[in-house]
Amino acid sequence: MIPANFDYSAPSTLDEALSLLQEHGDEAKILAGGHSLIPMMKLRFASPAHLIDINNIPDLSSIKEEGDSFHLGAMTRESDVEHSEALTGAFPIFADVTKLIADPQVRNMGTIGGNLAHGDAANDHPAVMMALNASVEITGPEGTRTVGIDEFFFGFYMTAVQPNEILTGISIPKQRGKVGSAYHKAERKVGDYATAGVAVQIATDADGKCTYAGIGLTNVNAVPMRAKRSEEALVGSDLSDELIAQAAMMASEDCNPSADLRGDEEYKRHLVKVITKRMIHKAIQRAK
Amino acid sequence: MTKIRCKTSKEIGGMGHSMKRKEDARFIQGKGNYVDDVKLPGMLYMDIVRSPYAYAKIKNINSEEALKVPGVVAVVTGRDLEKYNLHWMPTLMSDTQMVLPTDTVMYQAQEVAAVIATSRYAARDGKEAVMVDYEPMKPVIDAHKSLDADAPILRPDKEGKTDNHIWHWEAGDKEATDKVFNEADVVVKQDMYIPRIHVASIETCGCVANYNKVDNHLTMYMTTQAPHAIRTVIALVAGHVGLTEEKIRVISPDIGGGFGGKVPVYPGYVIAIAVSFLTGAPIKWIEDRTENLQADSFARDYHINVEMAGTKDGKIQATRFKVLADHGYTDASANPSKFPTGLFSIGTGSYDYNNAFMEADAVYTNKPPGGVAYRCSFRVTEAVHAIERITDRFAMEVGKDPAQLRMENFIKKEDFPWKSPTGWEYDSGDYHAGLKLAMDTVGYDDLRKEQLEKRAKGEWMGIGISTFTEIVGAGPSKDFDILGIKMFDSAEIRVHPTGKAIARFGTKSQGQGHETTYAQIVAEELGIPAEHIQVEEGDTDTAPYGLGTYASRSTPTAGAAAAMAARKLREKAKKIAAYLLEVSEEDLEWEPGKFFVKGAPEKVKTIQEIVFASYTNHPPGMEAGFEATHYYDPPNLTFPSGAYICVVDIDPETADIKVRRFVAIDDCGHIINPMIVQGQVHGGLTQGIAPAMYEELIYDEDGNILNGTLMDYLVPTAVESPNWETGHTITPSPHHPIGAKGVGESPTVGAPPAIANAIVDAVSHLGIKHLDIPITPFKLFKKLKEVGAIS
Amino acid sequence: MTMKKITVKLNGAEHSAEVEPRLLLVHLIRENLNATGTHIGCDTSNCGACTILLNGKSVKSCTVLAVQADGKEITTVEGLATAEGLHPLQEGFKENHGLHCGFCTPGMMLRAVELLENNPNPTEEEIRWGISGNLCRCTGYNNIVKAIQYAGAKIRGDELPSTEPEFV
Repeated sequence: MIPANFDYSAPSTLDEALSLLQEHGDEAKILAGGHSLIPMMKLRFASPAHLIDINNIPDLSSIKEEGDSFHLGAMTRESDVEHSEALTGAFPIFADVTKLIADPQVRNMGTIGGNLAHGDAANDHPAVMMALNASVEITGPEGTRTVGIDEFFFGFYMTAVQPNEILTGISIPKQRGKVGSAYHKAERKVGDYATAGVAVQIATDADGKCTYAGIGLTNVNAVPMRAKRSEEALVGSDLSDELIAQAAMMASEDCNPSADLRGDEEYKRHLVKVITKRMIHKAIQRAK
Repeated sequence: MTKIRCKTSKEIGGMGHSMKRKEDARFIQGKGNYVDDVKLPGMLYMDIVRSPYAYAKIKNINSEEALKVPGVVAVVTGRDLEKYNLHWMPTLMSDTQMVLPTDTVMYQAQEVAAVIATSRYAARDGKEAVMVDYEPMKPVIDAHKSLDADAPILRPDKEGKTDNHIWHWEAGDKEATDKVFNEADVVVKQDMYIPRIHVASIETCGCVANYNKVDNHLTMYMTTQAPHAIRTVIALVAGHVGLTEEKIRVISPDIGGGFGGKVPVYPGYVIAIAVSFLTGAPIKWIEDRTENLQADSFARDYHINVEMAGTKDGKIQATRFKVLADHGYTDASANPSKFPTGLFSIGTGSYDYNNAFMEADAVYTNKPPGGVAYRCSFRVTEAVHAIERITDRFAMEVGKDPAQLRMENFIKKEDFPWKSPTGWEYDSGDYHAGLKLAMDTVGYDDLRKEQLEKRAKGEWMGIGISTFTEIVGAGPSKDFDILGIKMFDSAEIRVHPTGKAIARFGTKSQGQGHETTYAQIVAEELGIPAEHIQVEEGDTDTAPYGLGTYASRSTPTAGAAAAMAARKLREKAKKIAAYLLEVSEEDLEWEPGKFFVKGAPEKVKTIQEIVFASYTNHPPGMEAGFEATHYYDPPNLTFPSGAYICVVDIDPETADIKVRRFVAIDDCGHIINPMIVQGQVHGGLTQGIAPAMYEELIYDEDGNILNGTLMDYLVPTAVESPNWETGHTITPSPHHPIGAKGVGESPTVGAPPAIANAIVDAVSHLGIKHLDIPITPFKLFKKLKEVGAIS
Repeated sequence: MTMKKITVKLNGAEHSAEVEPRLLLVHLIRENLNATGTHIGCDTSNCGACTILLNGKSVKSCTVLAVQADGKEITTVEGLATAEGLHPLQEGFKENHGLHCGFCTPGMMLRAVELLENNPNPTEEEIRWGISGNLCRCTGYNNIVKAIQYAGAKIRGDELPSTEPEFV
């Protein structure tokens, strides 16, 4: 399998990349890790006329703790996330999720920004970022703007990133109190896209009351989805087993999975229920 | 139980030694030579335009734009091949298959046109630019509907064909079997589907066809498990254009996994030959993975109804099998000619009963043609799955532990040779010993206790058994041929003056380690160290004729030939030794590597001295040199067996299935190289868990394949594949020269029912009696929902 | 479409080439640079037969463009052995029967190089997850796990595990 021909630029600054985008418009595609784009090009499902490779731009790859938040450069590789003790220490959900994304080689290339910018509800980071209530930095000719994760995903493979913009970073707030997070997805075999996946972050106060609940769902909706009703049910509660079960049920009711080779709607809703319940418990268990 | 025997020293490295493989040196250093590594001057590349439809008329093929693509040299269609009468070819089952279509496509991904270009990339661009105008028709996809009155007749090209039925086959005694069924206490029945799967060797198929116009000679480098048979087939297909057999050389280089998928002749090979013939340039064709999964021969695809009759206390009395075989567009199976269902009739199993009846009907559908014997001695996998599943169903019905029921029904060791109700003579076996060892190894009784305790707590675990009898080593010439060529195999041993040898064979390793194990057989027989015996296969110009490697036949046939050829040489050695030592042959005694005078061990001639003498000082009247050939025609098949036990844990909330343990005890007779035998078993087991839990080629009702890439065709990784626990018993084959039986496919055959039985066992208390493979969590969930066991 | 001039270091030797931007790295290695030890198995980055090291990281060279490797160092199976002899992984695979047909082996070993660099003494579980991007259709993985454990021990200077088959 061989892609159709294209022109290629590898700018060494962000400004250069942005002006190339401006120049080529819709014809151009950004090449980050390439592990979604290049297979699509090899299968000739995508044939961009111009690739703008942003791998040579310094400073886009970093993991920094900045006061109340963590900042991740868009070109941070999945393997860097996986091996960052600072990040997985603060957010064990990142150890969970990266282990389940494709495989080690793909994680050496794949980037956290690319995983989001692809706008695919089957990717894992969208749900994680929803659970963590992250915000996304988008840079365009006018400068950098910040978009909350809930305003980021628009539709099928569509995001807030405009054709002349580049996703440059992600900011993850640290919640107060005792905070724990967890992710799991049911997959047909290791490295597969999720049959259904659930990302959870829970924070509690000194009395054990839930002060924050973030729940994101993978691949059970046309666009990445937050289980809003479940979150609301948990916040302010004492996180009883019964309430957790109810919250899990709500998530399974609110998602909109479609039938495919991975399973039918009933099965996927069922998985959402079970995994949501388990991940809430796991997040609580991990809370510190 | 017989121990692995080593009659030779480690230095000689005969049978029983876990000698490290000789072939590995090149593979671990990137110096293997696979077909895509072959590069010839002036070579052109071929890519193939394939049909997006399962069934359609071709109204027009427009190559104009494709020919404008820089680097594209030609676009070849069925009409072009028709001029040379090369647009059709025979299948191994004497059916016919299009090379390229002239008017109709019969399955999705069928070859429609070939683009020839100066580079791989240009060929791919040219393929994109070929415009084909199709008129789609409603295809026949469901085998059960292929014989409906309103089904279109798919093969009007076959004279007199008025329906989609290919053949009917029977074995056993219908009347006697029906009588037992009518009178039996207990009858259990089960419909089951053995899904269409793919070998998915990591190397796809491909070739470099190099026709030299000047000397009218074709060299064909190709991924084939049976180079000699392929040479003969090419001569049969292309003889009329002057390519006669002596002008054809097939070279099968290193092969990146075969598993039966590299036995058939695919249209791509033939197109490459035709184009090389027409252009005079070497043509390279290498499939990509989607082509490989979507168009190359599938395996299995058997719809089976199986029944077992027996007594209330668990004595098996009879079995009945009814099969509907989906062959796709043409019967492109790779079976021995007289066996349209292969050796399915081994399906009466390891059990002592006298009545069985089997029948099968094959049909055409608009799916890719096949099916190959995927790591299986021709439909044995299907048969074993049916008998091992129905045996468990029977045990469940009469309320007996499946291990105990098997123990009570096994053919006894002393009853071999044993005549099966479908006519096979099982050569040997000790089924009780195998199952006992498996049960002891896994701790069977404790597991049953644990299962009960867990059930009481709402936890689900299952224990599954499969005790299978294999039938391999095809085969005796009275019954076995492919296209008329008898299924012997061959060995030629040539020992050089300094006592080092080259041995050549008609088989072809695809990873089985022939370069090591054949050398060990020769070492065993002649005492020449295995490391000094170079094994060569795969070049029809140099190797003796043989039918190739598949169906676990290499050790039973070519391995036997190696021993027999070596024994001819030992006879000659004895004569030379007698001459050199000036004694009579009767006074000589052999021990590996030397002849010595009885009672006077200091009077000795080593094999090396004897060989040297055969070139320098051979006895008067004797032919000089030290060389022998043997074509081995086996007197019977060999009957390896195995006892496998699988333990699974199931998550009652998600229906996730985890294989906790898997113990495989195999009996393949005498073992040539324990390390390699164990490796074969490991690999076959992973190819057993694959169809049991993960793999199936899935088509929609329009004949579109839904999982034609490795993204969705779920080949297990090291994470899905458990840590296999292996062991063996040894019951030598009484008729095989070295008592070996063959092992490569036993695990692939034996594992799926062990896994399926374990999963069903885990949920049997919920009223579940059967699940078709692959048993995925999704499929199990649906079943659990159906019986109300999951909320 | 403009050709691009690139320079790569393959197993220590520098090569320059004029390439189409779409040229896949695996084709650069196999066809332009004639190092055919790296194989192609699936085209969709599932099988890992094309795994190489790019600046020391294991990647699937069928899903990387040759132009992306400009200025970088590539290690393939041909670069594993040194003047002193085989790489511990090569030895491990041979001693433990970690290969049958040999087609997945180069990619498997290159992946394991990085695995052992990150984790010199991995558990069986860690090895299995660590090679989950490499498919092998022949071995059933048992002996690949053993081969990597053996290589790990050799690299660490520990006592080498037995290479005898564990047959009951």
